[in-house]
Amino acid sequence: MRVMAQMAMVMNLDKCIGCHTCSVTCKQAWTNRSGTEYVWFNNVETRPGLGYPRTYEDQEEWQGGWVRKPNGRIALRSGGRLKKLLTIFSNPKLPSIQDYYEPWTYDYETLLNSPQTDTFPVARPKSLLTGKDMNVEWSANWDDDLGGSQEHAVRDVMLRGIEDKVKMEFEQTFMFYLPRICEHCLNPSCAASCPSGAIYKREEDGIVLVDQDRCRGWRMCVSGCPYKKIYFNHKTGKAEKCTFCYPRIEVGIPTVCAETCVGRLRYIGLVLYDADKVLEAASIEDEHALYDAQRGCFLDPEDPDVRRAAEVAGIPADWIEAARKSPVWALINKFEVALPLHPEYRTMPMVWYIPPLSPVVDVVRDTGEDAEERGNLFAAIDTLRIPVEYLANLFTAGDPEPVTRVLKKLAAMRSYMRDINLGRDPDDSIPASVGMSGETMYEMFRLLAIAKYDERYVIPSAHAEQAHALEELATDCPVSDQGGGQQDLFGEGSGYPTPVAVENFRMLQDRQTSDTLASPGDKASRVNLLNWDGKGAPDGLFPARKDD
Amino acid sequence: MNVFLWVIVPYLCLATFVVGHVWRYRYDKFGWTTRSSQLYEDRLLRLGSPLFHFGMLGVVGGHVIGLLVPRSWTAAIGIDDHLYHYVAVGGGLVAGVAALVGMTILIYRRRTVGPVFSATTVMDKVMYAFLGAAIVLGMWNTIAGSIFSLGGEYNYREGVSVWYRSFLAFQPDAELMADAPIGFQLHALVAFGLFALWPFTRLVHVFSAPIGYLTRPYIVYRSRDSRPGQPGSTPSRRGWDRVG
Repeated sequence: MRVMAQMAMVMNLDKCIGCHTCSVTCKQAWTNRSGTEYVWFNNVETRPGLGYPRTYEDQEEWQGGWVRKPNGRIALRSGGRLKKLLTIFSNPKLPSIQDYYEPWTYDYETLLNSPQTDTFPVARPKSLLTGKDMNVEWSANWDDDLGGSQEHAVRDVMLRGIEDKVKMEFEQTFMFYLPRICEHCLNPSCAASCPSGAIYKREEDGIVLVDQDRCRGWRMCVSGCPYKKIYFNHKTGKAEKCTFCYPRIEVGIPTVCAETCVGRLRYIGLVLYDADKVLEAASIEDEHALYDAQRGCFLDPEDPDVRRAAEVAGIPADWIEAARKSPVWALINKFEVALPLHPEYRTMPMVWYIPPLSPVVDVVRDTGEDAEERGNLFAAIDTLRIPVEYLANLFTAGDPEPVTRVLKKLAAMRSYMRDINLGRDPDDSIPASVGMSGETMYEMFRLLAIAKYDERYVIPSAHAEQAHALEELATDCPVSDQGGGQQDLFGEGSGYPTPVAVENFRMLQDRQTSDTLASPGDKASRVNLLNWDGKGAPDGLFPARKDD
Repeated sequence: MNVFLWVIVPYLCLATFVVGHVWRYRYDKFGWTTRSSQLYEDRLLRLGSPLFHFGMLGVVGGHVIGLLVPRSWTAAIGIDDHLYHYVAVGGGLVAGVAALVGMTILIYRRRTVGPVFSATTVMDKVMYAFLGAAIVLGMWNTIAGSIFSLGGEYNYREGVSVWYRSFLAFQPDAELMADAPIGFQLHALVAFGLFALWPFTRLVHVFSAPIGYLTRPYIVYRSRDSRPGQPGSTPSRRGWDRVG
């Protein structure tokens, strides 16, 4: 047993209202630069729909992820090392910018500089690649809210094999939102595809990152990732990806997407897993067994043997403690309501989803029946094949059984809690019908419905930093590290660097709580260069001139 | 003049080449990339890029054999001049034509595809001029010199190659180059110009050919602590065991 810790996320899709706040705040924080105009580390897709980039789930076409060979070993679907090197001069499976979308801006100058006219002046869209006029034909969420429409949704790869039923029961169309970030897989095929070895998985928390100094722009990772969550920055010529906001995670605050989520549907926590089991689990023949196999890799932090092994493996005690309180662990292995996205890619993804019950509830309510009654919901789950089979294509490699089980748990929770909320006697036969006790069901309800900030995000801060802080107090001599670290002896640069996230956090706090404007007139004020867009010179950037 | 052209200039270029790469690697690892434009355009690249690159690999291999292997060595293993000539000209033509055609496609693409053209830097253009000139002059030497024998017979293995080896051994013999035909002289000068430019262009990606990929494990793990000086991390100190 080789215990490793992984920072993971679970999203409760029933609560997603498709507001795109996560996408926008993520973009503001990470990809608001030239070269990454088309890049969304976090995007929200309407499903059924084409996704971003279009039809990225069609691995026959894009050749992402792993595939099991007849000899029982897994190999990259797009070919092994030698083939990668032979095709390095022209990547055969790279999505073009048209598969994402051509980024654009608007010619706002014409609006500002227009003389008075009878008609309104128009700001025309200009391509950010060529600067020329362009027709906007697609974007990262062009088919937003068009789930089930014949034009876009029928081309959804996940509807293959069940398309006849979709047409037949078109009046029962359904739609839900799927927010996606990098999966920070246990068995990342992007890292395996990188010829330079620039993509690595962090030992401490399993976050998958691209070393920008080692990336040489071969673009194999873009093809290798089946979720198409690695992007090529066309200005710097380097690959970039979701970082799980590691500077924030390291100091114990959640990712930007989770922090700003309006529906509070994201959960972040640690999962302990056995690294020795990962390859074996990823190589299992039956695709339907992959979901259980991946769950089998996770280690129960309540088990004393696991805790001892984790300590031996060098995982700090506060991290083990955090793993015990992890909401992600609870949703995946205790309540068993979270499912992985596309386990059939065999990458062992670590962002899991609670499938939405709302398509089922909507149908029941539209028939005029009681949509909170267990019997009605159970019957609907059993008869409504489309949502269930579609969800199964997304989350369980097409096996409807686990999806049905999860949906029934959610349905049971709905009926059970209605009784409690209305002051009736709770009916313990309801949780029993889905194999849960009343107490566990109530606990699950608490976590899904009313869990507070510190219950949804259980993030132990990076241990190296804590050790460091302790060292600074007791064991470190201020002049002992000259030349070794970043600090200088005197002046502004002295002392240890404050983690970026903490500095921003404090600055934001100052701004929100101070009575004056963000840049008060006193001498100590500084301009936050991180918020400066590079245009013009804000007040305080330079000291005032003498003659002013 | 001979000493200037065939001793001073080549060594200056070589020094720029070596020092430039060291400097670039130390100070601009972030800029060390292929700067691929495949995201913008795929169809022409798919044709031109492998043609050019595999052609260039052949060209480089041919130069290594032609310049670094003395005539006496090939003679010693029983390859006479006639056979050598056939192999060299044949192989050189195939590789050269592939590289030239590939490069033509790539330059056509660069000029006509809007986003690719706007992503082209001045340095790219200068580099293309030198690279193109070197390839064309090299082809000229092969076709005019070795096949049609324009300007008389010239065995570069007795002249240019010997000079090149003497140059690498830091005992340069400028006379050998001074006697070479003008085509070879120009080719060598343009090539040295290209070497001098090399570290400041996207050509640096040649030196990151990912051969290590064949042997490294698929998944790379790295500890956060292995990057000293990063916010939120600290290098492990001598004499202290890392806690946790």
